Amino acid sequence: MKVTLFATCIVDMFQSNVGKATVELLERLGCEVEFPESQVCCGQPAYNSGYVKESKEAMKKMIETFSDAEYVVSPSGSCAFMFHEYPHIFAGDPVWEPKAKQLAEKTYELTQFIVGVLKIEDVGARFEGTATYHTSCHMTRLLGVKEPPMILLKNVKGLKFTELPGKEQCCGFGGTFSVKNAQISEQMVDEKVGHVEETGAEYLIGADGACLMNIGGRMERLGKPVKVLHIAEVLNSH
Amino acid sequence: MAMKISTEKFKERVDHGIHDQFMRSAVAGAQDGMGYKRKVVTTDELENWEDWRNHGEEIRQHVLEHLDFYLEQLSEHVAKRGGHVFFAQTKEEANEYIKSVVQRKNAKKVVKAKSMVTEEIGLNGMLEEEGCEVVETDLGEYILQLDEHDPPLHIVVPALHKNKEQIRDVFAKKLGYTKTSKPEELACQARVTLREKFLEADIGITGCNFAVAETGSFSLVTNEGNADLVTALPKTQITVMGMERIVPTFEEMEVLVSMLTRSAVGQKLTSYITVLTGPREELDVDGPEEFHLVIVDNGRSDILGSEFQSILQCIRCGACINVCPVYRHIGGHSYGSIYPGPIGAVLSPLLGGYDEYKELPYASTLCGACTEVCPVKIPLHNLLHQHRINIVEKEGKAPVSEKLLMRAFGLGAASPTLYKIGSKIAPAAMNPFTSGDKISKGPGPLKAWTDIREFPAPNKERFRDWFKNREKGDN
Repeated sequence: MKVTLFATCIVDMFQSNVGKATVELLERLGCEVEFPESQVCCGQPAYNSGYVKESKEAMKKMIETFSDAEYVVSPSGSCAFMFHEYPHIFAGDPVWEPKAKQLAEKTYELTQFIVGVLKIEDVGARFEGTATYHTSCHMTRLLGVKEPPMILLKNVKGLKFTELPGKEQCCGFGGTFSVKNAQISEQMVDEKVGHVEETGAEYLIGADGACLMNIGGRMERLGKPVKVLHIAEVLNSH
Repeated sequence: MAMKISTEKFKERVDHGIHDQFMRSAVAGAQDGMGYKRKVVTTDELENWEDWRNHGEEIRQHVLEHLDFYLEQLSEHVAKRGGHVFFAQTKEEANEYIKSVVQRKNAKKVVKAKSMVTEEIGLNGMLEEEGCEVVETDLGEYILQLDEHDPPLHIVVPALHKNKEQIRDVFAKKLGYTKTSKPEELACQARVTLREKFLEADIGITGCNFAVAETGSFSLVTNEGNADLVTALPKTQITVMGMERIVPTFEEMEVLVSMLTRSAVGQKLTSYITVLTGPREELDVDGPEEFHLVIVDNGRSDILGSEFQSILQCIRCGACINVCPVYRHIGGHSYGSIYPGPIGAVLSPLLGGYDEYKELPYASTLCGACTEVCPVKIPLHNLLHQHRINIVEKEGKAPVSEKLLMRAFGLGAASPTLYKIGSKIAPAAMNPFTSGDKISKGPGPLKAWTDIREFPAPNKERFRDWFKNREKGDN
């Protein structure tokens, strides 16, 4: 199966390990992965801040970039959800709305794709350690992907899993919120860090690079020993 | 008190909120406790809770689509029963009308049942200026009123930020209370004092949870029964309602009241559901001799038909407030409005303007918890986002530095070439700020991030470089 990777700018620039793990994992599961060079940012930072005009150009570039793809897969629930928002953003536009719809229909978050399209629940991964999992808001509430990451993690050999208390609470990232309302964001991420510590886990796993950057960055600043991993890295361990 | 509850700037209010550890732990405890109870009586006990939500949304949308019809039907039935109906376009008109009733009745004592819309129009201030003694009879509101008119922290649980010791102190100071801080004894004191007030009152004023258009009735939901006394004892009664708070018949009222109590406090029903229709009739043993219904627009007509219409579906349950992670840490007063939390962040700028409330739509991570819990399916996080769009594109009220940054983002993100160059030179550009694999003191907008957290240094080999090299067979 041919998969076109929407890596996201965070992975491209800051978390190349996650990108590599995603490619290797998908290949191991029998996919042929391609990465169109012309991909840019999905436009979410500007769009969520209210700058629709500024973000639409980036969105059009993305729609064109992925127009020939059969499946678009992204290691981020939030960025994948952004593609699902495109049809609403271009609603009423005779040229771009149908194209946006096509893109949304074939776009999947990584674990959603593995469980829902590839129909694989055990990727044959082995990972020794105790871990907890952060459920990202956009991925669970907006994209509606709740079960797939849990199904896949449950089948990772060697992984001891503890549920995160208050898992439904946002980590305080929120895109530009994290800098615009930094003081509030700090309180939110501190509560999240506290919950991670309560689990006693060695690893915090997540499926969204931005949330992990936020929680991980705060834990590092506070000198917490918990290591942060993207779910692609865990599923790619064997 | 009017809608605006503070003269401080948003950042100052937030700072006070965050440093009020007692308030924060009270809010967190209430969110967790009420959240648990709500879950039990919604999704756990009712397998078809989603159907309820769809039905609730349908009822509210139907009413808003036919609001003119139902307002007319309601008015007709109230009038037929001998009640007086006044439609107030503005808060000033509402207050003027109520003032005229007070003056005609030569009223000096007023008792009130909890009502957000009377807070919104600043009714108490007007009544006090008229020389009336105004007593709030909802226990939470009563405590706040005694405590130098402290603003409500929450629309359903206004005195959430007061513990029993603080309440004892307020009662001691204002009522000469000498007993302990036991809740039973405190409640007993309030009961004794308030009973006198009910008996003495010239006018009873209430809000309205739902008005029933078909019969001209209106309903009030309480746990204390105070609305029963406010509507049964005084000779004159005035009910004030936001113009959207209508249901067609008792059938829809039953659905929405059940959804309201479940979503608000996790109860299948509250202790009292008061339903009243017009003034006392010949064989009635109690009830007012004169009944006035004041229907308040105060900006709602402008919301109707706009991209924000769905906010008028709100049934004021406060479930969105109880799940909001931002409210959890800053509390209600930080919003600067009697309407806090996600509902307040959407509604306050609409009723009070962007000049006063433009920060509120940004006081959200757009996490969607509010939208997920709303019993009438208001897309709250989308409406917060819509405000941001309006502030940037229609109002032009965004900061200049942000506008420049976003314009640069627009150019950079939309051009694969610029994007590639930008991401390529990022490690070098960030080099002065980088130590090892992290940035601890970032420049410009990054500073606010690195004041709190580490920021990762850009990868020297971007993912795209790795992928390209790999295709070439270098990896």
